[in-house]
Amino acid sequence: MTVTEPYVILAVFAVLAIGGPAASLLVARFLAPHHPGPVKQEPYECGAVEAGDPWGQFRIQFYLYALIFLVFDVEALFLYPWAMVFREAGFAGFVEVMFFIGLLVLAWAYAWRHRALEWE
Amino acid sequence: MGIGTVAGRLDRVFIEGKQFLMDMLSALLPGDWYAALSPVVSALVVSTAVLVFAPVSMMFLTWLERKAVARFQDRIGPNRAGPAGLLQPIADGIKMFLKEDIVPRGADGFLHFLVPALVVAPVFTLYLVLPFGRDMTAMDLNVGLLFFLGASAVQTPLVIAAGWSTRSKYPVLGSMRSAAQILSYEIPLVLVLVAVVMSAGTMSTSAIVEAQEARWFIATPWGLAGFLVFVLASTAEANRTPFDMAEAESELVAGFHTEYAGLKFAMFQMAEFLSAFAAGGLAATVFLGGWQAPPVPGFLAGAVSVVPSWAWFHLKLYAMFFVLIWFRGTFPRFRIDQLLAFAWKLLFPMSLLVIVAAAIWHFGLESGGAPGGTGPGAARELAMWGACLGLLAVGYLGLSAILEREFSRMNRPREMAHAP
Repeated sequence: MTVTEPYVILAVFAVLAIGGPAASLLVARFLAPHHPGPVKQEPYECGAVEAGDPWGQFRIQFYLYALIFLVFDVEALFLYPWAMVFREAGFAGFVEVMFFIGLLVLAWAYAWRHRALEWE
Repeated sequence: MGIGTVAGRLDRVFIEGKQFLMDMLSALLPGDWYAALSPVVSALVVSTAVLVFAPVSMMFLTWLERKAVARFQDRIGPNRAGPAGLLQPIADGIKMFLKEDIVPRGADGFLHFLVPALVVAPVFTLYLVLPFGRDMTAMDLNVGLLFFLGASAVQTPLVIAAGWSTRSKYPVLGSMRSAAQILSYEIPLVLVLVAVVMSAGTMSTSAIVEAQEARWFIATPWGLAGFLVFVLASTAEANRTPFDMAEAESELVAGFHTEYAGLKFAMFQMAEFLSAFAAGGLAATVFLGGWQAPPVPGFLAGAVSVVPSWAWFHLKLYAMFFVLIWFRGTFPRFRIDQLLAFAWKLLFPMSLLVIVAAAIWHFGLESGGAPGGTGPGAARELAMWGACLGLLAVGYLGLSAILEREFSRMNRPREMAHAP
């Protein structure tokens, strides 16, 4: 198997995996009935009259989660190369990585103390 | 032909099937045409196999889940369409096709179509890197594990786009919550797999399976703990009960896919099912020895080796999926604050401890002799089990004590505020 072969598969696969569902959605568009109406097209709010625009503000909390996620996801990304050479890096490498993880654990403890991890 | 050769043929039946197709093609086409076309045709054959496998599994899985959950709840479940209700998924599929597609007023029509069309593609892609049997990885990448994680991460922006495009409150709120949840559980999931990579020394899924020939990773202390973290985190990632916040119908109706009807809804359903199934497949691959037969005492070895490798993988795959159904039939749903606290304050530190335990395990058992040399004594291994499990247990007990205290503190004012 050459190096490029997996990526040929991926290219062919992507066309089929996106084209298939898209085509069936198009087919369904012709098969399914289409009778729009003012009440039917109302955004669903459990029968109540809709109030306010959902395309507005939302909680800052979500941003905080995204930020914390980013920090630790990048941490994980940095751990993978080390994990690949775990045996060659030996004990010294392990200690260094523990130092790196330790720093991020401090950041995590800080976020916990300041209640950034809490949903209010 | 001995029983061994038959078993060998059976093991390779899918590979030989593909080879047969390719041979037929090479007989039909002139030589240089064949040389040019064969990679593409080979890719087509493999892609078609995966793209048929996934939806057909999905149909069977919905039936299995409905039947099993019905049994958990002392019901019978679908039993009208076909024998034992087996044709129910087909009936549902036809119905989905014929349902009216209702697009809410004010929705972004293009996105509302695009997201359901795209949402299953990354999930299908997950199946490309799962080793379904010996030499049966559709796309044997040397970074298969990273590819899997990357493809499953594509869900997040799609979920947000799905909710946002409807311009309706429940889907917008639901998609935000789902995204927060998926991101939070992504971290322990990714970190636990670091321990697997450390141990296997590779990120290729097929090589990880081969690395477990002597011992499945679940048969190590770090692997056992890692497996538990992985199952919980991947259940949450796939939005399955008890982590199905997106579908907390009492709070959010149906979450981000509230405003999708008919086939569009079916696409989201399919993506959810198949990503849960694929996560079970990854768990089987990286912790349960993939397509390897279980280690058995000598007199059973002959019987075990007759079963083809792809059958072992499927057995593990369905066992993993059954656990998910079992969860659904058993556990009540988390509350959103509990859910996120569970990810960040328990699973995240536990996954770091799993990495440390994996390192201790390897340094303890491999130092002294070169890897692959004479194995360490049983006493040493027992000591390592003790050390690793001790570390994990201390971490778990400490963290859960802290978490317990936090929860009781958080619950008290909330209950008082709601009192009449």
